[in-house]
Amino acid sequence: MSVVHERTAPRPLIRPPRRTPGPARRATMSGVWPYLLVAPAVLGMLYLLVYPLARAVLISFQDFGLRQLILGDAHFVGFDNYRTLLTDPRFWTVVRRTFLFMAVNVALIMVLSTLVALMIERLGRRWRTAVLSSLVLTWAMPVVAATTVFQWLFHSEFGIVNHVLTGLGFTSFEGYPWLAHGGAAFGILVTLVVWQSVPFAAITLYSALTTVPSELYEAARLDGASGFRVFRSVTLPIVRPIFMLVLSLEVIWTFRAFVQIWVMTRGGPGDATTILPVYAVQTALAQQRYDLGSAASMVTVVLMSGILIVYFRQMFRQEGEL
Amino acid sequence: MSTRRAVRRLPLHLAAALTIVICLFPVYWMITTSFKPNRDIQSEHPQLLPQTWTLDHFKRAIDAEGFGLFWRNSVLVTLGAVLLALIVALGASFAVARMRWRGRRQFMLMVFVAQMAPWESLIIPVYIISRDTDMLDRLPTLTLVYFMMTLPFTIVVLRGFIATIPAELEESAQVDGCTRFGAFRHVAFPLLTPGLMATSLFGYITAWNEFAYANFLIIKQQDHRTLPVWLSSFHNTFGTDWGATMAASTLFALPALAVFLLLQRHVTSGFAAGAVKG
Repeated sequence: MSVVHERTAPRPLIRPPRRTPGPARRATMSGVWPYLLVAPAVLGMLYLLVYPLARAVLISFQDFGLRQLILGDAHFVGFDNYRTLLTDPRFWTVVRRTFLFMAVNVALIMVLSTLVALMIERLGRRWRTAVLSSLVLTWAMPVVAATTVFQWLFHSEFGIVNHVLTGLGFTSFEGYPWLAHGGAAFGILVTLVVWQSVPFAAITLYSALTTVPSELYEAARLDGASGFRVFRSVTLPIVRPIFMLVLSLEVIWTFRAFVQIWVMTRGGPGDATTILPVYAVQTALAQQRYDLGSAASMVTVVLMSGILIVYFRQMFRQEGEL
Repeated sequence: MSTRRAVRRLPLHLAAALTIVICLFPVYWMITTSFKPNRDIQSEHPQLLPQTWTLDHFKRAIDAEGFGLFWRNSVLVTLGAVLLALIVALGASFAVARMRWRGRRQFMLMVFVAQMAPWESLIIPVYIISRDTDMLDRLPTLTLVYFMMTLPFTIVVLRGFIATIPAELEESAQVDGCTRFGAFRHVAFPLLTPGLMATSLFGYITAWNEFAYANFLIIKQQDHRTLPVWLSSFHNTFGTDWGATMAASTLFALPALAVFLLLQRHVTSGFAAGAVKG
C-alpha cells in the first residue's frame, strides 16, 4: 500500500496486498456477482456524493433564495452568481485569508512534525513510547472537545494562558479578551489546528523514517558524511514521497478547520476568521443566498481539486497499483 | 549510560519532555478543571493540581437537559453508520480483492476520490436535498451521511486485509465442498476480525465527532441533536459554568481517548498508514 507499512518490529495492522497479476489467477466466478456486490457502494456514492455535488453546481447557476427553497421555482441565471461573487471585494478578502490560513497552518505543521519525527527517531525506547502515547492522545481528542478546551485555556478572566502571561510580566494580558481581537482569534485557531494536526503528521513521518535501511546510514558514516549531509542525501530522498503526501493532505485538510472556526468564532470577530467554507455556509444558511453560497463552495472545490490532483499523482506513484 | 552521554542527550530529552507537555496539557487541564470546585476554577491563582476534588460538575453535566437523549442519539447514529459501512464495504472489498471484472480499477479510483470528498463544501446541497425529501431533522439522514463519510476508508482498508488472506485457504475449503461464499464466510471472515475492528474504530471516531452536518441538518427538532452539537452550544446550557463545561467535554472525549490509548500500537503503525491512503 505504501512505504509507511514497512515498519520494523510489530507488524502493522494493515498489510499491503501483494501485487499479483490480476486479483486472482485462477478461474474466477465472474458474471453479475461482482457488480451486485459493489452496487450498494456505487449507489451510495452516486446519491450521497455525486448528486449533491451536481445539485450544488446546478444551484450555483440558478437564482436560489428562500422563496425558491420553499416554492421550488428556481430559474437559470447563467454565470450571474459567479459574477456577483468574483466582483465582491469581501469575497477576495476571504480567499486571501483562506490562503494565509492555509500557508501558516501547513508551514507550522510540516516544520514541527518533521522536527518531532526526527526527535522520536533519536529517542530511546521509553522516551519514544511516552512521546508517541501523548501524540496519540492529542490526536484522539475530539475536535469539538478540543475547541471547547481552548476557549477555556484562552478565557479572558480565568484562562490559564492569560494568567501565565501576566505572571511572566506581560501585564497587558491581564483580562485580555482573545476572541474579541481579529488577529488574536486567528492566532488561537491556528494554534488549535496545528496542535491537532501535528500528531498525525509526526507519526506518519516517523513511520517513514523507520523505513530508511540502517545500512545506508552506516555506509554514509563510513564515507565520512556529516549529520546534515546524511539527512540531505540519505534520509530526505527516501522520506520525500511520504512527506509530499502528508503535505498535500494537510493542505486539503485546512478546509476541515471549518468546525473549529464555526464552534469558536463563527468567522468573527467581524470577518477576521472567515475562510471559504465558513463564508459559503454563512452566505447560504444565514443570509438565505443558497445560490451565492453554492457558487462559493464550487470555487472552493475547484481550488481544492488542483491540490487533490497533486495528491493523487503522488499516491499512485507510491502505490504502483490500484 | 554514562554521565557524559546523559549530558549530551539532555537537549533531546528536554525537547521530548516539552513535546509531551504541549500535547498533554490541554487534555490535563480539561480533566482537572472538571474536578475542581468553582472557587478554585474562578480563582486569581489557578492551581496546577486540584486541592480539593469534587464530582459536582459531572453531576450537573449529566443532569443537564437532554444529555441522556443526545448521548443515545450519538450512539444510535454512530452504530448505524458503522454497521452499514461495514456491511456494504465487506461486499465491495471482496469483489475488488477476489474477483476479476471490468471496471474494477475505475471503481477503486472512485473510492479513492470519494475518500477525499470535500464534505465542507457539500453542506448546502445536502441541506437542500434533505429539505426537499423531507429528511431534515431526522437521525437517519445523519446516519446516511456518516455512512458515506466512512465507507471509502472502510473499503480501502478491508480490501487490503482480504488480499492478505491467502486465497488458497478458501480454495481448499471449496475443494472440500464449500460454496464460494461459504468458504469466505467460514474461512476468511474469522481471519478478518482484526480488520473489521480497526475499520469500525475509525468509523466510530469519525461519526462520534462529526459536527457540521449534525449542526446544520438538525435544526428544529432539538431532541434529535447529537453530543458534539450539544457541547458546542454549552454556553446556552451552562452559561459561564466552566467546571460543568469541562466535565461535559471530558465525558464526550473519554470514549475516544480510551479507545485510542488501548489500541495505541495499532494506531501508530496501521492507522497512520491507512490514513495516508487518504
